[in-house]
Amino acid sequence: MTNHWNDIKNANLVLVMGGNAAEAHPVGFKWVTEAKAHNQAKLVVVDPRFTRTASVADLYAPIRTGSDIAFLGGLIHYLLDTDQIQHEYVRNYTDMPFIVKEGFSFEDGLYNGYDADSRSYPDKSEWDYELDDNGHARVDPTLSHPRCVYQLMKKHYSRYTPELVSQICGTPLKRMMQVWDTIAETAVPGKTMTILYALGWTQHSVGSQMIRAGAMLQLLLGNIGMPGGGVNALRGHSNIQGLTDLGLLSNLLPGYLTLPRDNEQDYNAYIAKRAPQPLRPGQMSYWQNYGKFHVSLMKAWYGDAVSAENNWGYDWLPKLDEPMYDVLKVFDMMYEGKMNGYFCQGFNPIAAFPNKAKISAALSKLKYLVVMDPLTTETSEFWQHVDDYNDVDTTSIQTTVFRLPTTCFAEENGSLVNSSRWLQWHWKGAEPPGEAHPDVFIMGGLFHRLRSMYQKEGGVFPDPILNLDWSYERPDEPTPEEIAREFNGKALVDLKDPVTGEVLLKAGQQLSGFGQLRDDGSTSSGCWLFCGSWTEEGNLMARRDNSDPYNMGQTLGWAWSWPANRRILYNRASADPSGQPWDDERKRLVWWDGSKWTGTDVPDFAARSAPEDNMSPFIMNPEGVARFFARGNMAEGPFPEHYEPFETPIGRNPLHPNSAAVTSNPAARVFRNDMEVFGSAEEFPHAATTYRLTEHFHYWTKHNRLNSIAQPQQFVELGEVMASELGIKAGDRVRVSSNRGFIEAVAVVTKRIRPLQVDGKTVHHVGIPLHWGFVGVAKNGYITNTLTPFVGDGNTNTPEFKSFLVNVEKV
Amino acid sequence: MATQDIIARSATTTASPSVRQFDEVAKLIDTTVCIGCKACQVACSEWNDLRDEVGDNVGVYDNPSDLTADSWTVMRFDEHETSEGDLEWLIRKDGCMHCEDPGCLKACPSPGAIVKYDNGIVDFDQDKCIGCGYCVTGCPFDVPRISKKDNKAYKCTLCSDRVSVGLEPACVKTCPTGAIVFGTKDEMKEHANWRIQDLKGRGYENAGIYDPQGVGGTHVMYVLHHADKPQLYSDLPKDPAISPLVGAWKGVAKPLAMLAMAATAAAGFFHYIRIGPNRVSKEDEAAVEHDAAQAGTNSPDAGGTSDER
Repeated sequence: MTNHWNDIKNANLVLVMGGNAAEAHPVGFKWVTEAKAHNQAKLVVVDPRFTRTASVADLYAPIRTGSDIAFLGGLIHYLLDTDQIQHEYVRNYTDMPFIVKEGFSFEDGLYNGYDADSRSYPDKSEWDYELDDNGHARVDPTLSHPRCVYQLMKKHYSRYTPELVSQICGTPLKRMMQVWDTIAETAVPGKTMTILYALGWTQHSVGSQMIRAGAMLQLLLGNIGMPGGGVNALRGHSNIQGLTDLGLLSNLLPGYLTLPRDNEQDYNAYIAKRAPQPLRPGQMSYWQNYGKFHVSLMKAWYGDAVSAENNWGYDWLPKLDEPMYDVLKVFDMMYEGKMNGYFCQGFNPIAAFPNKAKISAALSKLKYLVVMDPLTTETSEFWQHVDDYNDVDTTSIQTTVFRLPTTCFAEENGSLVNSSRWLQWHWKGAEPPGEAHPDVFIMGGLFHRLRSMYQKEGGVFPDPILNLDWSYERPDEPTPEEIAREFNGKALVDLKDPVTGEVLLKAGQQLSGFGQLRDDGSTSSGCWLFCGSWTEEGNLMARRDNSDPYNMGQTLGWAWSWPANRRILYNRASADPSGQPWDDERKRLVWWDGSKWTGTDVPDFAARSAPEDNMSPFIMNPEGVARFFARGNMAEGPFPEHYEPFETPIGRNPLHPNSAAVTSNPAARVFRNDMEVFGSAEEFPHAATTYRLTEHFHYWTKHNRLNSIAQPQQFVELGEVMASELGIKAGDRVRVSSNRGFIEAVAVVTKRIRPLQVDGKTVHHVGIPLHWGFVGVAKNGYITNTLTPFVGDGNTNTPEFKSFLVNVEKV
Repeated sequence: MATQDIIARSATTTASPSVRQFDEVAKLIDTTVCIGCKACQVACSEWNDLRDEVGDNVGVYDNPSDLTADSWTVMRFDEHETSEGDLEWLIRKDGCMHCEDPGCLKACPSPGAIVKYDNGIVDFDQDKCIGCGYCVTGCPFDVPRISKKDNKAYKCTLCSDRVSVGLEPACVKTCPTGAIVFGTKDEMKEHANWRIQDLKGRGYENAGIYDPQGVGGTHVMYVLHHADKPQLYSDLPKDPAISPLVGAWKGVAKPLAMLAMAATAAAGFFHYIRIGPNRVSKEDEAAVEHDAAQAGTNSPDAGGTSDER
């Protein structure tokens, strides 16, 4: 979240789109209730289904799954066309005046530089600003230059007329305009809209671009950095935010530092590329500090073994030969027989990943599989024949499965990072049962065995393992407290103020913030973003002071929020260029008091940079402003464009009806064996989407009796019209099939899913919850992901769970 | 609650103690804020240590699909199309309404099996319950359920055990959106009025409180978007009243029944006066002793190991 849960109460309008907050985040949803009760806020829900969130909404609009970019692009067009934008905000705080290079173009659904063979844009150099002789981006404050971002964006979205958008999305025109007009009201400086989204945006082949489109909308309305504004990802697992913060993705390092590619063998070039100079005069370009974060990380990992002489161990870092080894890539490799073993820690791939048949076949090719989990997962039982629910031939599977029971969060101390970016410490509530051990204990044991094997037997590349600094009190089981202190980091020598020479911290003391990090090896920090969470004051994550002196819900004494205990990102933008809040009465966040920045939140800015210095609020960007134009950062292009899901019920992209190449995302990676099992609308006519229910949490709570009582048995949701056409009544058993397999479930026949008129066709949606499987106390069911396609978002490769095609028959 | 807090007992005519005076309490369920998450269902089962069966999906979101002796509250989901063609998903937490004039208590023939406390809570004392099911008939909201395990009636207690020590009911404590609130009945009415004002501002002209007077008002109240049509909410009765049969049993029929019982007693008395005590013959006694001996021999305790699986 750019903002945080409690801050939702400051919103005047809550847009839930690409998510179902009441259903999936019922506890956080209380802040929507607060906004409605005490701020007279309205709630607008846009979703293919009339959800539990819609049940308490002021306005609901149906939309076809996978068409959100069309909806948002149309809204962007509408706001620009009717001039309902926050003018002063966009002129000063965004890239609207920036002039783009001449070579940039967009034609027939493709940007310049596309290579069909590799399904990518290998050369994105023209997707950038025109620079002047000083290396600064050229701008046109009048916004009239034909290649300024404002004009390009206006042109790009001029195709997204209300009529065409309504045809693509299936949203009735009148209702769509009602929603757009309601949203447009927040272009006023004192009114804010918050966007709450979740996997309903993420899990599409154009998911990242959907989220970008939402962010662009918020920029146009001046809602970023504002109380009650922002683009707010509601994270699914309680610590999934922590997972990304700590870089548990194949191409990341902790704190959103990035792993080098294999063509980046030079350390200085690696750093320079990630530490860009400002693109406009007087801008901060905070990533210029990249080297400090990186060196401090390497010191935390390797201690005395790294120094300037060995480039802080740069050669020990893996260099990626692929953009990323995401789950689809890894399982495709496994499926192709290129992997021997797999460690599966805290998740359940056979249930959680698309195309169960492929995952099952892939696991069957392993020599060994290690599953670390508190529960018996389907993955650990993938070899077990369970009726039709897991119809495998056990005798033909030779994979050895090791099951290592782990503790769950309530059985250990530690911190969880929630959607709000708060690190909240928690304390053990119970002793672990049986032989369950913390994951750290298991990983520690594995590390020691590996290291001693390298010591005894050598190896091709032992250095990264042998040199790892493992100075924990009990090496077999480092404590959560030790690890948390390490993430924060400490001074390795006496740290002196560069100006006064005064000793700020003595060697060995905990750092108080990432501003103290240095790139000379004198500091260590396991995750620069977490620096400040465990200082000499102690464990700030354990704070529970909810006082709120300004009544703005910022509660700076509750837990600790990254970065620097800041609750709302980009909050400098909540004040106008002169440094005063856009709305001094209801939206006071930070302001310039004549000598420094201060306020109800920790200012996200240079504390002493006066407004007349003209430093812009988006300090992480080298241009200092927020981007409508993504430059070369997105796989598909700088502006989000609507592409159809890979399985589309209409078979063409109404924006480019004559170009099959751009029906679906041209820059999404597709493996050949998966291309073959995509289905077509002729055979599988219905648009399907998968989702979670409030009664269950993923595949865990079907092990719990009370959750299972509340939602005992697998079902699918069908609209009344479709059900009556197929002769299906509520409670009947139905078979839902895609080109990859089938499931059978109880039919819930509902008014809440209505047929939509899309591109001249009637499109029915089928709603498929995903919680059931073949272990647990709930009634056995089929793995929903038997049905879903094995294709991911063009940037993140998050699978397209939310849009695919099925057929439905009565059993 | 303590016995001195009881102001009404089933099948009892003696006056109740009135040592302590509490304010009347109420639980207010705001259907317009409720998101149907069922956390209240789970909290109820947790607090009261109830574990119902893992059932079946019968084609709706309601699970369990009805109240049972082990599920004292359930969410009922109703889909409603407005005259403008818009959809409303009306979700109502169903359970005991804790009537001011409780039909169950009136119907119950077992002394003290159903009591009402002076704070308004209606509670069942299963120890005294005889499982006759009259409370089920007596309830205008179809709430009590007879357990198949012990043949006794069960329903929501409004967490009388928690309330008696100053805690709110478990469902209130757990509700994430604040759709369920608890306090004195006056406070709850005030809260409801504040909510109704908000709803009217959002276009719900008929928003209102559900506190039906046919049962003297209730200690569980609803805020409804459509207070004029409570039936939309999974058949919440518009004008609930105690069944005339219960009225008849306690009203007209009861004296008649008493009369009949008196007549039976009188008949027995006159029989004794005129004919004398019944006598048991020697043959009768011998037969009874023989049966008892037979029963002893066949008792499974004596040597039975037939079912040790």
